[in-house]
Amino acid sequence: MTKRFQLLQGNEACVEGALAAGMKFYAGYPITPSTEIAERSAIRLPQVGGKFIQMEDEIAGIAAALGASVAGLKSMTATSGPGFSLKQENIGYASIAEIPIVIVDVQRSGPSTGLPTSPSQGDYMQAKWGTHGDHPVIAIAPSSVQECYNETVRAFNLAEEFRVPVIFLMDEIIGHLREGCELIPSEELEIIDRGDHNISGMTYAVGEGNYVPEFAAFGEGEHYNITGLFHDDGGFPTNDNHKAYSQGRRLLDKITMNQDAIEKWEETDIEDAEVVIVCYGGTARAASGALEKAKEIEGFPKVGMFRPVTVWPFPEKEMMKISEKCKHIIMAEHNDGQMLMEVQRAVKGNVPVSFVGKIDGTTITPDDILAAIREVYEDAK
Amino acid sequence: MPSKLIENTMRVNRLPHIWCPGCGHGILMRDVAQAIDNIGLDPDKVVIVSGIGCSSRAAGYMNYNTLHTTHGRAIAFATGVKLANPELTVIVITGDGDATAIGGNHLIHACRRNIDLTVVVFNNNIYGMTGGQYSPTTPHMEKGTTAPYGNIDYNFDIPKLAESAGATYTARGTAYHAQQMTKLIENGIRHHGFSLIEGLSVCPTYYGRKNKKGSTIDMYNWQKDNCIDVKKAANMSAEELEGKIIIGEMSVADKPEYTDMYMKIIEKCGGNK
Repeated sequence: MTKRFQLLQGNEACVEGALAAGMKFYAGYPITPSTEIAERSAIRLPQVGGKFIQMEDEIAGIAAALGASVAGLKSMTATSGPGFSLKQENIGYASIAEIPIVIVDVQRSGPSTGLPTSPSQGDYMQAKWGTHGDHPVIAIAPSSVQECYNETVRAFNLAEEFRVPVIFLMDEIIGHLREGCELIPSEELEIIDRGDHNISGMTYAVGEGNYVPEFAAFGEGEHYNITGLFHDDGGFPTNDNHKAYSQGRRLLDKITMNQDAIEKWEETDIEDAEVVIVCYGGTARAASGALEKAKEIEGFPKVGMFRPVTVWPFPEKEMMKISEKCKHIIMAEHNDGQMLMEVQRAVKGNVPVSFVGKIDGTTITPDDILAAIREVYEDAK
Repeated sequence: MPSKLIENTMRVNRLPHIWCPGCGHGILMRDVAQAIDNIGLDPDKVVIVSGIGCSSRAAGYMNYNTLHTTHGRAIAFATGVKLANPELTVIVITGDGDATAIGGNHLIHACRRNIDLTVVVFNNNIYGMTGGQYSPTTPHMEKGTTAPYGNIDYNFDIPKLAESAGATYTARGTAYHAQQMTKLIENGIRHHGFSLIEGLSVCPTYYGRKNKKGSTIDMYNWQKDNCIDVKKAANMSAEELEGKIIIGEMSVADKPEYTDMYMKIIEKCGGNK
């Protein structure tokens, strides 16, 4: 019997969340700082009748996981920067072929081999744009060990519901952080499984007002075709531009038309905040610290925090609303300004947006954020 | 009217195929279908996985569960399908470039694991889909659009590569020797472990034209005249075998299969309850 409350690393909590969500297959390749996800999966999956395989490289890791998903099992792979780059082509394949999969990227400092054990959030843009072509992707960034558990469950649910690759965008800070975690049993969670299907030859057809085709596993009796070429409703390759448009549009629309259900964020002290710190993942821990300290500093402006949990698609409408109420936004992230571009785009110049970033492998501290607040405050005087 | 075999095994409304006149891939695809039909496999439980290239378009024509994947990765996808559901018969159709260049790593590691996949390599000695560049099986000093002065690379012997990497069934057939090729694929599917069958194809459009191999008929006749069965070759001298290609069953070995071993781990961990 699994103990309900455990002291876990973020990486370990991610695996336990995946198991609660129904993960039955993991394929991957060892890479720091995500390796604990493979190690725990190797131990835990056969205990629940699932399968683990260590593949020969990163590309094979995602390929085998996609193959298993097609054969009916909820599948996951995990990696870090260099491996995330290698997996990109097959992330695009999962997007166009509409194969559910969860891809964990525990970010480390890059580019290239970079600083393998140091934190970073340098893959934020890659999570959305790493694979070529216009494509749908959902990305989720957890900020605590508990969120690694709960949000992995949500990542699997979204992958199944929308038949998309979901990027679980962790970072070294959260992956290796140890905290208490409640392992909420599946029975107490909302779990989305593949439902009954009736695809009868038109495997990629959708009904009026629907964007996601039904999905049958290989071996269940439907002889259908899956391809990374643009395809017709029957799943067969086509060069017809109208059909290509219709498929490409639907793939994008299934996310944009359901964006409200996919978006998730946390707001702290935002109501009357003059300065709002925008952050996600591990950086939010420093921002929380800054928020607490700021309250105690005399003459400091009121500071709030906006933390997207779903980081792709970016919650631009909410960001816009916030910018209509506050006076200044500070974006804090472990890179040279990636989500910053999304924030600037979303607020349309309503308020100034300043930036706190790091690319040297050290972590942003509460003091770094306080210094940025002070600068804003001094400037305003 | 298509034959009964074609009606039973192909998506007839997807035909004719896209391959050039004279291409050997159609024959090799039919051999795969004939082998499946001869064994009497339940089509619901057959999965065809392919990569990218001329060979890999075969999947779309065959009336099974078909997965047309990314370049070089068919064997890695197939490994996931097979491990996820070992009850499925998983056949990979791939090409010389797909299997031994961009996908070479996946090939040798699947051999090493001895996972029960049947990999059929349609080898046309060239990258056909992109217009005739040299591949890892283009013979030494022959030409491709990217080897205008002759290919200084040495070519792979695919069954030998697979055997030395751990494959427990290896064979080579040709598009000309269709009956033998069918039998080799059949034996490969029946074999419980990793099977590799190389099928020498014919590419009159690029490989043939670039290397002045004559007409399509000449190229099939070349296969007839220059391929020696492995049993016959055993009694021939090295001199007699100069420039010849050996076909037939190259190796068969008995070794525990990967998914069987994994199921034992699940049992040991109590995951089967």
